[in-house]
Order: sequence, then C-alpha cells, then structure tokens
Amino acid sequence: MQALLTEPFLVSLIFGAVTAGVPLLLAGLGEQMSEKAGVLNIGIEGMMLLGAYTGFLACYRSGSFWLGFAAGGIGGMAAASIPLLLCIRRGMNQIVIGIAVTVGVNGLTSLLHYVQLSREYPRLPAAPGWAIPWLSRVPVLGKGLFVHNALVYLAVLLVPLLGWLYRSTYLGLSLTAAGDHPAALDAAGVDVQRTRSIALLATGFLAGVGGAYIANVGAGLFVPFMTGGAGFIGIVLAMLARGRPLWVLAGAALFGASLSMTTALQVAGINVPTDVVQMLPFALVMMVLIFFGRNDVLPRALGVPYERGER
Amino acid sequence: MSAGSQSGIEDSGAVAAVSRVLLPILLALGTGALILLALGKDPLGYYGFVLQRSLLRPSGLQETFTRMAPLLLMAAGLIVAFRAGIWNLGGDGQFLLAGVISAAIAPALMGTLPGSIVLLISLAAGMLVGALWSLIPALLKAWHGVNEIITTLMMSFLGTSLANVLIKLAFRDPGTTVPQTRSLPVDARLPRLPGTTIHSGLLLALVAVLGVHWMMTRTAFGLKLQVLGANRAAALHAGVRVDRLTVLSFALSAGLIGLAGSTEVLGVWGTVRADWNPAFGMLVVPLVFLARFNGYAVIGFTLFFSALLVGSESAARRVGVPQHYVLVLVALLLLFLAVVEYLDQWRRRQQAT
Repeated sequence: MQALLTEPFLVSLIFGAVTAGVPLLLAGLGEQMSEKAGVLNIGIEGMMLLGAYTGFLACYRSGSFWLGFAAGGIGGMAAASIPLLLCIRRGMNQIVIGIAVTVGVNGLTSLLHYVQLSREYPRLPAAPGWAIPWLSRVPVLGKGLFVHNALVYLAVLLVPLLGWLYRSTYLGLSLTAAGDHPAALDAAGVDVQRTRSIALLATGFLAGVGGAYIANVGAGLFVPFMTGGAGFIGIVLAMLARGRPLWVLAGAALFGASLSMTTALQVAGINVPTDVVQMLPFALVMMVLIFFGRNDVLPRALGVPYERGER
Repeated sequence: MSAGSQSGIEDSGAVAAVSRVLLPILLALGTGALILLALGKDPLGYYGFVLQRSLLRPSGLQETFTRMAPLLLMAAGLIVAFRAGIWNLGGDGQFLLAGVISAAIAPALMGTLPGSIVLLISLAAGMLVGALWSLIPALLKAWHGVNEIITTLMMSFLGTSLANVLIKLAFRDPGTTVPQTRSLPVDARLPRLPGTTIHSGLLLALVAVLGVHWMMTRTAFGLKLQVLGANRAAALHAGVRVDRLTVLSFALSAGLIGLAGSTEVLGVWGTVRADWNPAFGMLVVPLVFLARFNGYAVIGFTLFFSALLVGSESAARRVGVPQHYVLVLVALLLLFLAVVEYLDQWRRRQQAT
C-alpha cells in the first residue's frame, strides 16, 4: 500500500483524472444543453469521434493545438447537423437518427483512418501545458491540477458560465422552455426549432472539442473507435446532473478519477485486473440511480419533436 | 415517442411496403459506392466480391447462415422490447455474460451428464443470466420510471467488464497462456445440420424470431405489450399491470439476447477469450429498426447483414476496403429509411388534404 501514497503516484493519478475527465465534462455539458432544449442526443458519441478525427488532422497538418480544437468543434457541429436537419426540422425519430450518426461516424472515421493515416501512424508532440502561477507550486495538487493545457481551464470556466446562461439570460430560459413546454415558448413568440437547433449545434461543438482533446492531448494520435463510450458517459452525466452544470463537473471528476485509477494502479504495479477498476464508475452510476433515480428529472418534452400549430 | 408507435404502418399494400424497404437499400448501396469511388476503390468490384464470397460459394453461404444465428436471436429479443416501448440497448453485456456462463458450465458438466442435457442446461443458464442482467434496469423502469436507455447501457458496460473478470479470475483455463475458458471439444458443441458446417442454433433462432412475431401479433400477451409500447398511460387505464409487464418483457428480451450469446459460444467457438466482444448490438439495433420490428422482415435483413459481414471480412484482406465500411452502409441505410418514411408520410398527408 505504501507505493500508493508516493508523490509521483498521486500526481499521475490526479493529472490523469483531469485528462480523462475534461472530455467527459465537455460532452456532459453539451448533452445537458440538448436535453434542456428537449433533444435526446444519442448521436453525441459520433459527434465526439468526428471531432477527434477532424481535430487531430487539423492539429497534425497545422501544428497548432488551438486550430485542432477549433476543427474538432466544427467536426462535431457537422455531425450534429444531421439530427438538426432530420429530427428538429423534420421531426424524425431521435433515437434512430442518433444511432445512425454514431454508427456512421464510427465506420467513416475507420475508413478515413485506413486511407490517410494507417501507413505512417502519425503522432503529435506533447500538448503545451500552462502552469498557473502560485497554484502550480502547491505540492502534489499543483502538478496534478494546475499545469494542464489551457483548454482544461476554459472547460472548467464554462461551468459557471453555463449556470449563469441557464439562470439569467433570455436564451437560457428559452432553452429550458423548449424542453419543458415548447408550445408555451412558441406562444411567447420564440421559434422553438431555432432554439433547439442552437442547442444542438452548441452540443456538437462542445462534443467535438472534447473528442479533439481525447485525440490531441490525451492520446496524441487518432485510432478508430477511440472515444470508446465517452459520449455515452456524457449522456449519463447530463441525466444525473438534473440540469445543473456544477453536477456535471462533479460527475466528470468522479468518472475521470476512476478511469485514471485504472492506469495509475497498473503503473504502481498493483495486481488488480483492470476490468475490476473499469467497472467502478458504471457501478457507481447504477448505485446513484438505484438510490436517487426518480422520474421527475428530465424535461417533459424530451425526445418529442415540435411542429407548429399541431395542437 | 415510443418504439411501438412505429409499427402501426402496415396498411398500404405489399408493393409500397417492398419499395419502402428496397429503396433505402438501393440508395445506401449507391451512396456507399460513391464513397468507395472517392476512396479510389472500385465499387462494383467490391460489391461483386462480397456477393460472390458470402452467397454464391457453398462455404461462404454456410458461413453466412452460421452468422445469422446470433443476429436473429438478438433481433428477436429486441423486437419484444422495442414493440413494448422499451429501449433495451444493453444487448452486448447480456450477450457476453450469457456466453461466458455457458462456456463455463458446459465443459464442467461434460462427462457427468449426457451431452444433449449438458447443452440444454448451458443454453438455459445463458438465457437466465441474460434475463437477470436486465433485472435492475427493469425494476428501476417499472418502479421509478428511470430511463432504461441509460441503465441498460451502463449495465452493458458493466457486463462486458464483468465477463472479462469472470474469465480471468473464476473460469480461467490453467492450460493456456491467453486468458480464456476451458474449451468445449468440437464434437460436444451444438450439433451441426446434416451435411453442412451450420450449427443447429440457426433453427433455434428461426423458431425464436417467428415465435416472437406470432406472440406479438396473435396473442393477448403480445397485444398487451403493444399497447404498453403505444401508450403507457393508456395501458395503465386499460387495467394492464404495467410494472409486471415491463419486467416480463425486459426478461424475455434479455433472455433471448443471452440465448444468442450462448448459441454463438456453444455452436461456433466452444470457449470465450478475455476481451472478446463481437459488439453485435451495433448492427442488430439498426437492423431491427430497418425491419420495422417485423419478424419476417428481420429474417431478410439478417441474411443481408450476415452476408455483408462475412463478405466484408475477407474483402478487408483481398480488396483493401476495411471491414468497418459495413458500418457506413448501415448508417446510410438508417438515414435513407428515415427519409423515405418521412417522404411517404408527407405524401400521404398531401393526399389527405
């Protein structure tokens, strides 16, 4: 057990938790916005993966991590435009189209990877870190929490920003109304489909940036299927958070920590099968659902297409 | 929005129905051909190779039929759930856990009991494990209305890891270097159909799909499930025991999916290796949508998908198109299906006004 309490072990554990948690945070915050607006976005896994691909390619070709993140966001928005057109505008089944987006992006990026990347398997250099003055010098926590890529701090700053958006802005309140009572929003003169489209595009952007982070910062390369269920965890985080961005942050930290525990234990040479550790976050979610799962946490019009003047 | 409400469109003639199915397939294959062209591959050569390899050659055809067994059983399980308005998306976990349990039981009992009894017990155990693995999502849905998309997905991730834990810690064959369960001898596996390499699980699967279709359309129990799927509140008002029915349909669905895992392991592999996960759910869920939860259509689509799978696996080596191209085709099929259905409804609405 002593090996667990050394400084390098704790630092790598915390650092890894942040690296694993940030994409989940971005996906969770994005999914939360979609769900608030009444769109159950099952395709978020595909949005992340397309973002990972476009983000990696842009970063590799240009050498700029910021361009990579931007391209990842655009890739995510491109994937989001399919459910936008078919589900929000045309009222098609959100679950069918969502699955189609995820399955299709998995196939497409595998194909593109095979054609473009599979001969040389290019790798990116380590992502630049930004040490926060003073805080980064705190023992253990400093090296674990405060020497990350600048995107990490932006993602965390997004949490209070979104909280403010939902509480005190017209757009935020419109989003909630689009999910809870779209007809009332329509009566108030706000375009429901437009509001939902904005939410979905924002979700695609956040998920795509999260995917680009996985590829460019987490792994430094792109491989098929690399998001590995991160989008689905994002959906879970959004559902458990009941509309509160701060809870998404807490959940992402928890999931990130248990994912990071898997690698950290291996590094420390502890002989637990990784599969046992991998079960922890999902077992935790099930426990939470068993004890706190109740009906009233989701927007009433979640997954229901809105068409003007239908009733 | 419920799964069951989709199945209500069965009224507009056989020709229209066939064109609604064939049109998406042709559009998907056509768009897929454009993608292949863009990648510098010869689409006709690829499709020709897949067809030749999986359907026109006797060995390929037998492989295709063998591949149909797990897909059909899984599809049967999904039809029960989807028609009842329950989104059981945790198929992969149910499939793997059942497979591992069957793989552990069969070699252990072999020798103490007659072979056919051992196989039956192993299949039943797999079914039971699959059903049990859906119990928590079922109860949470029945009692608290907790969204089953999330709970089944979570249980699927849990089940995939648990299957590995079981292989590595409980059922590991000490005689092998790679962690796997004790291998079942070839002659102790599910009997093959006379003169072929196809195992008898295919018959079981066909019976299951047709049985499920009959149950859903011709029995009182099936009707109750359909009502549940079409409108939960209405089912409650009509005096249907919604909570009990929810748990039952979950158990039936996951039990059939478990049976899929057991037959695949007992019929084809004889053992389960750690980290083995064919992830059939990713193909079968779209397939069941494409078939609009109809048992007969499911058989047709499963043949189509199995042929694609078998053909694309060797095409990856021979023609240089990765196997995952099949996923692109599946997604295109789903998209075109949705578009064709939408246009159909739109046209009918135009006619009505």
